[in-house]
Amino acid sequence: MADVDITSQTMDGMGPHGTKVGLLRVLGPAHVWALGVGIVLVGEYMGWNFAVGKGGAYAALIACWFAGILYSCVAMIDSEVTSTVASAGGQYTQAKHIIGPLMAFNVGLYLVFAYTMLEAANAITAGYLFSVVAQMTGHAGDLDQRPFIILVIMFLAWLNYRGVLATLTFNLVITAIAFCAIIILFLSTSGVLGGGIMEHAALFEGHELPYGWIGVLAAMHFGLWYYLGIEGTTQAAEEVRSPARSLPFGTLAGIMTLLIAATLTWFMCSGVLPWEYLGDGVNGSVAPLFDTARLSGSTGLLWLLGFGTLFATLASANGCINDASRAWFAMGRDKYLPGWFGAVHPRYRTPYRSIVFLVPIALIFALGAPLDQVITFSILSGLLGYTFMPLNIILFRRKWPLDTIKRGYEHPFHPIPAITLLAICSITFFAVFLGYGTQLVAMIGFYIVVSLWFHFWRYRFVNRGAQFTMPWPKPRGY
Amino acid sequence: MDLWNWLEYGAWGLSALLGLHMLVDWLKTDSTYSEDVLTSSREGELEAMAEEHKAH
Repeated sequence: MADVDITSQTMDGMGPHGTKVGLLRVLGPAHVWALGVGIVLVGEYMGWNFAVGKGGAYAALIACWFAGILYSCVAMIDSEVTSTVASAGGQYTQAKHIIGPLMAFNVGLYLVFAYTMLEAANAITAGYLFSVVAQMTGHAGDLDQRPFIILVIMFLAWLNYRGVLATLTFNLVITAIAFCAIIILFLSTSGVLGGGIMEHAALFEGHELPYGWIGVLAAMHFGLWYYLGIEGTTQAAEEVRSPARSLPFGTLAGIMTLLIAATLTWFMCSGVLPWEYLGDGVNGSVAPLFDTARLSGSTGLLWLLGFGTLFATLASANGCINDASRAWFAMGRDKYLPGWFGAVHPRYRTPYRSIVFLVPIALIFALGAPLDQVITFSILSGLLGYTFMPLNIILFRRKWPLDTIKRGYEHPFHPIPAITLLAICSITFFAVFLGYGTQLVAMIGFYIVVSLWFHFWRYRFVNRGAQFTMPWPKPRGY
Repeated sequence: MDLWNWLEYGAWGLSALLGLHMLVDWLKTDSTYSEDVLTSSREGELEAMAEEHKAH
């Protein structure tokens, strides 16, 4: 056995509570921004346009802004709670402290499923992008996408295994390039710099709301795609240098970035591509921003948006591996799952067993499941997580009012954001039920079964006394 | 065989190397350090340290 004493002066202060090897606190607000925006930005490059197919271009804009309100509430609520409960596991740890173990177990699973499925979807997309590039460069026949799908997952898992600073610095660089590509495309095609190519009036005439208001409701399902994953910033809580400052700053800057990127994306793509083509993400416009760049006639923009699409896909998969492994690790550390998963690599200071364990699961879904099903399960798990948040913040404020615990950030207008979030979640559940009712029922059935398993079997192994770690006063009313 | 066929083989090979690297390092780490050390991470370290600072 190696002689390890990480509580010594040469280490970074880990010691209280008996930690000898813990996650490394090296991240700043920019990394938090890169984690949140990096996971989401691929939704601007592809996926959101299914909302156009459901209800037309205006329906996609309404969905974009309503989903924007939903996620602004998510970002505000998350910022307040996470700046106070600054631990790996994010919403899982919040649920554990504020609501109770069963809710925490479910929220932990929502997180792992949402991120692992999204990682698989991103790897499938990256494989597809490689095949498109192969076709464009004159490759005869179909490219075997499998080695590229596997390489994306293995490379990003390897990066995550080796350390969080390099992982999220990589995300910062490629996410910034992908975001700048959207801004440059907007400046080049909207008429701000040189001649514009937008034809909104001509393209919208007679197609304002092709399926009426029910189409607007149905579009809400894919409206989530503009922002899905911004809540992932909370998973960095145990690795940022100053959680009370960095987490709210990174998360709120992230949602502002996404509101701008989503609106610009809708404006550019709906002004160039006919709605029937734009709304068909399978046989029509798979990557609408890339298609807009193609129609601009500029080779430079074509390459820029091509790289933007690939970078956004890689950043999303990278952030998903980071977040899923932290949630899995946190559950292992509390013995909600086998404690073996709660290990930290003594050299790289990452939850290495959780990272490696989730690799084959992501590979199975990436190689064996259809893309739309994988995406739907990711959205549903995310939506279940958002529905928990209003309950979480209402109980948090009631049990520990503002004068009892110092928060890094206090969100304004409470309880209006919580009520708004709950209302928009209800509408979105109905929208999802319209399109994917069977999957929704199957998913809820799955969570009921695992909840029973946790309640009647697994909970006996949980280290009940050690799981509540925050030095908070007794909750009001207890 | 064009460039893309070579890239396919390259992707298979690189994936195997990266996977092998993680696996070997994992086994080496698990056999070098005790389980007590590896799973010693506890939630709430920052809060605990903040409390200590207050106490002093």
